[in-house]
Amino acid sequence: MEFASSFLVPALRSLARNKMRSGLTMLGIVIGVAAVIATVALGQGAGGQMQSTVAALGSNMLMVFPGSVNRGGLQVGAGQTKSLVVDDENAIRNNVPDVEAVAGAVQISTQVVWESNNWYTQVMGADPSYFQVRDWTIGAGSVFDDEDIEKASNVAVIGETVRRKLFGAVNPIGQVIRIKNLPFRVIGLLAAKGSSGFGQDQDDIVLVPLTTAQRKIVGITWLNMILVSATSQGVSDVVQHDITALLRDRHRIQTGSLDDFQVQSMAEFANTLKAITGTLTLLLGAVASVALLVGGIGIMNIMLVSVTERTREIGIRIAIGATEADVQLQFLIEAILLSVAGGVVGIIVGEVASLIVDLALSWTFSISISAVSMAVVFSMTIGIAFGYYPARRASRLNPIEALRYE
Amino acid sequence: MPSQTRERVLDDSAHSAPLISVRNLHKYYELGETRVHALRGVSLDIHRGEFVAVMGASGSGKSTFMNLLGSLDLPSSGSYKFEDTEVAKLSKVEIARLRNRKIGFVFQGFNLLGRTSALENVELPMLYAHVSSRERERRAKEVLSLVGLRDREHHFPSQLSGGQQQRVAIARALVNHPSLILADEPTGNLDSRTSVEVMEIFQRLNGHGLTIILVTHEPDIAQYAARQIVFRDGKILGDTPVGVRMIASEVYKTLPQLEED
Repeated sequence: MEFASSFLVPALRSLARNKMRSGLTMLGIVIGVAAVIATVALGQGAGGQMQSTVAALGSNMLMVFPGSVNRGGLQVGAGQTKSLVVDDENAIRNNVPDVEAVAGAVQISTQVVWESNNWYTQVMGADPSYFQVRDWTIGAGSVFDDEDIEKASNVAVIGETVRRKLFGAVNPIGQVIRIKNLPFRVIGLLAAKGSSGFGQDQDDIVLVPLTTAQRKIVGITWLNMILVSATSQGVSDVVQHDITALLRDRHRIQTGSLDDFQVQSMAEFANTLKAITGTLTLLLGAVASVALLVGGIGIMNIMLVSVTERTREIGIRIAIGATEADVQLQFLIEAILLSVAGGVVGIIVGEVASLIVDLALSWTFSISISAVSMAVVFSMTIGIAFGYYPARRASRLNPIEALRYE
Repeated sequence: MPSQTRERVLDDSAHSAPLISVRNLHKYYELGETRVHALRGVSLDIHRGEFVAVMGASGSGKSTFMNLLGSLDLPSSGSYKFEDTEVAKLSKVEIARLRNRKIGFVFQGFNLLGRTSALENVELPMLYAHVSSRERERRAKEVLSLVGLRDREHHFPSQLSGGQQQRVAIARALVNHPSLILADEPTGNLDSRTSVEVMEIFQRLNGHGLTIILVTHEPDIAQYAARQIVFRDGKILGDTPVGVRMIASEVYKTLPQLEED
């Protein structure tokens, strides 16, 4: 209270005396803080967006692909080999703890035909558990089951894009489409998932029973991949390790030899994404804080002008008993008021800007407490750092010369 | 002549320690290659309750002397004791405190803060004495009444006449109950009538026992003091009691009536 009447009120009054100047000085800080807030918020928004994309793919999902093998000195490329088989899939399901679901799959890109329409799409042969692992929900009809796997039935579940391209307004359920000249009855329609966030249309797919795909469409006995979903994201590292150990054992790979498969975990992928967006945010924030620095220099400049202008006032204050600390405090408070007021306005401007961008991109908007508190601390620090020198200069004035100053 | 006054001063000190005791005070300024010797060995005592006029032409060293007395500057050599304390040995904070609590400054140019009301100008020294805001207001109003400006407390300096501004400055000088008022050409910017008004206030305050040191180059203003010290070339040329002292309140009555300010 005493502090307010002794220092705060006079400081506010002296800033109010030069409204234009104070406003413009604040503007430097406003722009700096708003830039930092907005870039950090947008960086976090982009990060959050990528994270949720990964989460949509299944953040506790692991993918096992056949890897490169060395055949008589010849390295055969990844994904081209026959190293993954249904027995591997079963072994994982039965032996690895913390596994919720396992789905083997084969895939081929080919033409699908209905009446006079055709569409080039991805045909995926998979176990029924594939729907669970990939978190697919059925929009209409039903999915195939174990009996369809056993019988290698000619049934298909199609994605929203395929439905639109082939059937248009017609109800696809019960219709017969042709894949590689074989008839498949459409029994289900997947609920639309949209783009994966990496520009890939997840709805552009036709799912058929694994055995049907292996035997009738592609003509292979092995698998192109095994999808595994761990019980939680936390155990995905352990599951990844266990699968690797299990498959190395099953494939009789000697210690020191390379795996003939590879296990990718989405958790790992998510962490990589997090690191990338984090670095990006930091970089943008660093660029934005240059603006803040420039704002701080603006404060210093104006405070120096103010000290020169008020030389006589400082002389009077010293003559009537102000200590160096009193004078220094007076100017420091003015500088801090300028920068903190600029900081508060900057936070509001920054948050509004990022809200607008988030709305435009339909990202989820969130006020980052850490960015806001960082901005407050930053602007306060800037006030102190850039106000210190002018304040010190004021406090060191020679009162006799200051009183003579016109 | 100076030796006579010295004896008089020493006689006085027999029954009370001097407020100000200056011994062999020197001050030089380095101006590039040359050294300006502004004070060349000044010694004097000033006792409580005295009203001293310091006279001298410009360059006589009187301003330098005043700056030293006001602890705005420190001597190059010699001793300056204020209330028995060697000022040069005080820390910066203690010197600021001395200026704040013990000395009240009145300047030729008034030196009020612009765009700050009379009341707030008077409150300023108490701000640095850490007086509570309520007490500040009470005391400021009290001293403004003393100089007859209670009704102008919310006026800005620009809305006050020169005489009124100087009275606000005097109120500001008084508000921390100082031991000494240092007035540097307080009537220099005022017409003769307002000058007499200001001298009336000083004489009234001095009548209540306040020590006043007044720097002036106007001989008739010096006549209101009780003791005159004349400086020349950085030395004291004369230190004499004022023979026929003028009484401001009497002089004021003889002045022709002018329009109300």
